[in-house]
Amino acid sequence: MDGIRNHPVLFLLRRMFALLVLCALPLPALAGFDEAVQALNVKSFSKKADAIIALADTGNERVTGILQAMLDSRLFYRKSDRRVVIVEKIDGGYRLTDAATGEALGETGRRAVKKVRINNKLRGLLRNTLARLSLSSKDAEIRHAAAKVMLGNVSAATKPVLTAALAKETESDIRELLETALALSDLGSEDPAMRLRAIEVLDGNLEPEVRNRLNRLLEEEADTELAEVARQAIKNIEFKLKFYSFMETVFFGLSLGSVLLLAAIGLAITFGVMGVINMAHGELIMLGAYTTYMVQLLMPNHIEWSIMVAIPAAFIVSGLFGIAIERGIIRFLYGRPLETLLATFGVSLLLQQLVRTTVSAQNVTVENPAWLSGSLEINAALSLTYNRLYILLFCMLVFFALMLILKKTSLGLQVRAVAQNRAMARAMGIRSKWVDAMTFGLGSGIAGVAGVALSQLTNVGPNMGQAYIIDSFMVVVFGGVGNLWGALVGAMSLGVANKILEPWAGAVLAKILVLVFIILFIQKRPRGLFPQKGRSAEN
Amino acid sequence: MKIFREKAAGRAICAVAGMALGLSALVAQAADTIKVGVLHSLSGTMAISETTLKDTVLMMVDAQNKKGGVLGKKLEAVVVDPASNWPLFAEKARELLQKEKVDVVFGCWTSVSRKSVLPVFEELNGLLFYPVQYEGEESSKNVFYTGAAPNQQAIPAVDYLMNEVGVKRWVLAGTDYVYPRTTNKILEAYLKSKGVKDEDIMINYTPFGHSDWQSIVSDIKKFGSAGKKTAVVSTINGDANVPFYKELGNQGIAAEDIPVVAFSVGEEELSGIDTKPLVGHLAAWNYFMSVDTPENEAFIEQWHKFIKDENRVTNDPMEATVIGFNMWVKAVEKAGTTDVDAVEQAMIGISVPNMTGGMAVMNKNHHLSKPVLIGEIQEDGQFDVVWETEGTVPGDAWSDYLPGSRDIIADWTPPIKCGNYNTKTKKCSGQNF
Repeated sequence: MDGIRNHPVLFLLRRMFALLVLCALPLPALAGFDEAVQALNVKSFSKKADAIIALADTGNERVTGILQAMLDSRLFYRKSDRRVVIVEKIDGGYRLTDAATGEALGETGRRAVKKVRINNKLRGLLRNTLARLSLSSKDAEIRHAAAKVMLGNVSAATKPVLTAALAKETESDIRELLETALALSDLGSEDPAMRLRAIEVLDGNLEPEVRNRLNRLLEEEADTELAEVARQAIKNIEFKLKFYSFMETVFFGLSLGSVLLLAAIGLAITFGVMGVINMAHGELIMLGAYTTYMVQLLMPNHIEWSIMVAIPAAFIVSGLFGIAIERGIIRFLYGRPLETLLATFGVSLLLQQLVRTTVSAQNVTVENPAWLSGSLEINAALSLTYNRLYILLFCMLVFFALMLILKKTSLGLQVRAVAQNRAMARAMGIRSKWVDAMTFGLGSGIAGVAGVALSQLTNVGPNMGQAYIIDSFMVVVFGGVGNLWGALVGAMSLGVANKILEPWAGAVLAKILVLVFIILFIQKRPRGLFPQKGRSAEN
Repeated sequence: MKIFREKAAGRAICAVAGMALGLSALVAQAADTIKVGVLHSLSGTMAISETTLKDTVLMMVDAQNKKGGVLGKKLEAVVVDPASNWPLFAEKARELLQKEKVDVVFGCWTSVSRKSVLPVFEELNGLLFYPVQYEGEESSKNVFYTGAAPNQQAIPAVDYLMNEVGVKRWVLAGTDYVYPRTTNKILEAYLKSKGVKDEDIMINYTPFGHSDWQSIVSDIKKFGSAGKKTAVVSTINGDANVPFYKELGNQGIAAEDIPVVAFSVGEEELSGIDTKPLVGHLAAWNYFMSVDTPENEAFIEQWHKFIKDENRVTNDPMEATVIGFNMWVKAVEKAGTTDVDAVEQAMIGISVPNMTGGMAVMNKNHHLSKPVLIGEIQEDGQFDVVWETEGTVPGDAWSDYLPGSRDIIADWTPPIKCGNYNTKTKKCSGQNF
């Protein structure tokens, strides 16, 4: 069947027939456009690529919309008449728009249409084509993205487009990108003077494409003077790259440190101030993360705000669990660390199983709001991811809020009093049992808040707390028990040390090295970086 | 003592009488059901993946019983929970074989759990069906491997990237345990045999459940910005994939720039991720839920009915479990018994339909011949097949690309009957029990 359909003679005949029909039509340009759109619906990916190029060349104003829909997997075809349509998802089906004419075609079920499939090669082609078409867009952001894509893709055909765009461009950063793109294409020019000028423009430019092209030029360049200039340009680029790469490592380290600190800071209170070894601390973090999940389930249309709601909610949920654990178990075990350790370990297993049976043994999906995705691009060599950046800020916020509570509120005063000398504090009329419950609740609540932040970075599942309990203890012990500043400095230095070691030791060995370092450090200074001073600390 | 003798004598008479009455009655008395062991973790880290396989076996047992069972007997599933604890796997395997006296076991996911139960199955002569892709370099008389060997997943995936996508630089990223390490060793040897230079290969290992991918992804980005087309071959296992892909998305690495092809990421894993930033990344498997065949449609419908949830997905290890189960049923019927030695010999050459079309055949080395598919991730967490092998690929127990195992083959038919037979020295070393 297929053989007959694809027979060359038949094919030719069909082409001729199509041409005849085209000539007969009153609006040949529009008909050609329609044909170009319908041509997107072929099985072979290479034919689809030809169709995309042909469609872009028609210059019709609907082209960008169609190509964008294709890139976003919204371009379908109707099974009944194979017409190419743009779809919009609605409940139980799709709303169709004719791709070529823009005419609304009503709604259909899910099975009546089929997607025009694309692969990575086509995605690249679509993005390039769209960039070329949108260099003259009104939106500066789109122009910026377009210029970025064009970088290193400049051919003889597209060069005039770029030059024209540069002449009209007013934004300085887009101008710079366009100039870079043009200079890159000038590197391949026949004229040595032009090449030299291009190298001068590119000197110190951090785009990876620039360095690659200069390196390639260096291999081929016969002109020694030009080669020397190019070598110097590469040297400048590499020096800058090294600097930014160091900055990046520091950022990565601080961000890992902030995660460690968030996980450990609650423990710094319960373990540091109260002296309770709480093995269920990780599970309190997990409860915070599950609270985020629950909040997102309750407000599916307001994911952007869900984190804001989840923070207080997680604080309350984990805090209440913490108070319940303190009142129910730990208060009977004060002064017996080994038993507390075992009992809270039991609690941790209990909480894990609770989540496993009530929610699911599988991990759950916590969505990232748009403002927490993507990255802040400082230059081509350095970009900071938003989620890490916000968590670093958030971590500092939590830290100083906690500091304030402990230093400036009456609860904080009472907590410190009980921690220093329980008997004396009671003699002064402080309800030490109430303070114990509140302190534990506070530490647990902070763990819950940490869970909200972690849900944005890692998996939310019943076991997630286990991954953080060891790290948390490490931070508290290293920083000095009972000292919040110690936890801050400890977490940040462990984070940075880990990230500096990681590139040359690998992730596994880096962790081991850090652990070994802490063990050695504790041998030398058993009370950590910032030991508590005074008589009460001695016993 | 005397009483005992009398009783024994009485029993002997009974037995003879029973024989006279008819052999079938005696057999029926001895065992009313055929016991099927299920050895998958229902708690701990691996519960995420393995509970689905337990449900798959239960579904198959249920369906088979509705068809009248096997050899006129009903199947009875015995489920145990090894709790993602590798030594416990061996203990539970022993319990299944010795105490429960099961006739066959479906189980294990990680290679370390398989290695842990292997001596138990060989000692007690049990029968294990292992349904997950693995690193190869093994063939036991007591195990049937229905998942992919490296030449049925890793090698075709690399071929696809090299020939169709034009990749010149390679990042081999994996979790730090036996499957990724062996697979990457094979891939490294394979790439070098194709003329890829040392400086164009970057190898990276991370611990189980790794969550801080910032610097590794940044390294990959730098490695990929050297002007040559770069791809990541990922043997990262389990839930560490979620933060890995998230970080890729956040650092702006799109599939068109640096595609990631994964061997451990399927529909089930993707159902826990927001897949928008992953569109276009690749996975290599022998099965995708999106494959449009009548067999697959029937299977998905059966699964949804059994699990009572329309949103649950199907994946490759599930298909491997189903193929293994169907093959075992056929082999038992062919052998007319559930005796392990008889079934083991009957298994070889058995063929059952794949969900993706064509037939899966059990080879002499206890591995399957299956088609290999490569799919791109879509927004809805499904895969679109972009490439597939022509016909089926026979599983190779011992890789042709590792110096130590190049000359070794597995063949469980006479006269060789050996799991690691050296074709040069004509000797069988070790695995011949």
